[in-house]
Amino acid sequence: MHEYSLVEALITRVEAEVHRRKALKVHGLSVRIGELAGVDAGLFQTAYDTFRAGTVCAEAPLTMRRIPASWSCPSCRAVIPRGAPLRCDACAAPARLDDGGDALTLDGIDLEVP
Amino acid sequence: MCTTCGCGDTELVPVELHEKILAGNDRAARHNREHFLEAGVLALNLMGSPGAGKTAVLEATARAAAPKGWRLGAVSADLATDNDAVRLVKAGIPSHAITTGQACHLDADLVHRSLHGIAWQRTDVFFIENVGNLVCPAIYDLGQAANVVVLSVTEGEDKPLKYPTMFLAADLVVVSKCDLIPHLDFDMAALDDAIARVMPRPRVLKLSARTGQGLDQWVAWIEEQRLAHGLVGKVAGLAAHVHAPKP
Repeated sequence: MHEYSLVEALITRVEAEVHRRKALKVHGLSVRIGELAGVDAGLFQTAYDTFRAGTVCAEAPLTMRRIPASWSCPSCRAVIPRGAPLRCDACAAPARLDDGGDALTLDGIDLEVP
Repeated sequence: MCTTCGCGDTELVPVELHEKILAGNDRAARHNREHFLEAGVLALNLMGSPGAGKTAVLEATARAAAPKGWRLGAVSADLATDNDAVRLVKAGIPSHAITTGQACHLDADLVHRSLHGIAWQRTDVFFIENVGNLVCPAIYDLGQAANVVVLSVTEGEDKPLKYPTMFLAADLVVVSKCDLIPHLDFDMAALDDAIARVMPRPRVLKLSARTGQGLDQWVAWIEEQRLAHGLVGKVAGLAAHVHAPKP
C-alpha cells in the first residue's frame, strides 16, 4: 500500500507550491500514472480521498491520466507486440519502454491566487 | 490580483509542473548514491517476496566472497523483529536492522537514517535487504548501484508476468533455492521466457545457498558491478557522512 506514501508526497509538493505562490485555494490537480509505474489507480484515488481532508487539497478533485505501457525497438522503431519478449525480432535490440509507460508525475495544479 | 483591470479579484492559475511525485525521494537517493560511490562502496538493493531467500543468499555470500577479502555490510528491513540482521551478523556481515512498523518498503530517507547506525564507509560491498514485497519496493530509488530481485523456485514461473514493475526495475534476477527443483514441478525455461517478456535486458543467475550452486557466478557479478562503477582499487572509507540530504 505504498499509494498512501505517494499521496503524502503529492500533497506535500502541492502545499509547497501553495506556500510559494501564496495561493488561497487549490481547485484541482492532475497526475499521470503509467501502467508500469507500480501504482494502482483505484488505491491511489482512495488514498488521496483519505488524506486530503484537512489539507490544502481538501476541496481539490484529482484528475488521473493513465498511460498504457508500450514498447518499441530503439533502433528500427518497430512496435513490440504486447506481451511479447522485449527484444526486436528484426534487429535483436533490447526493447525500449515508450514515454509515459512508467510515469508517476504531478502534471499540474489549478491554484487560486490573489 | 486580477491583471486585466487591477480590481483585486482573485485569479485561477493553472500551474504546469510535470514533476515526478517521488522527486523528493529521488533527491535523497542521489545523496545516498553520491556518498556510496565517493566512499568506494558498491550498494546493492535486494528485493523479493517474503521467504524468497534474500537473507540466505547474503549468508552464503559471506562464505563465497571470503577469498575476495571484501568487507561486507548490510541493512536489513522487516516490519518487525531484527531477526535477519542478527542472522547476517552471525554470518559475519556487520548489519543494522531497519524495523519499518507498517511500511511495506524502504525509501531513500529511511536508508539514509539507518546508515548513521553502521560503519558503511568501511565496507566494499553494502547490501540493502529490502522489505519482503514484490510490489512496493520496486519504485523507490534508494541510491543503490544496482537492483537485485531474488525469486525462489517455489514461487512459480509466472511471477515476473504478475509483478512486471519489480522485474523491470531489476538489474539481475537471482533464482534461489534451486536445490529444490527436483522436488517441484518447476519449469526453468518457462521462467526464463517470462523474464524475457518483462526485462528488456534479462540477466538471470540460478543459485542455491544450501548447495553453493551459482555462488561463484554471483560473486563474479558483484565484482563486475564494482568494476562497472569504478570501485575496484578505490580506497573505501575516505568520505565522511556528516551532512543532511540536499533539499
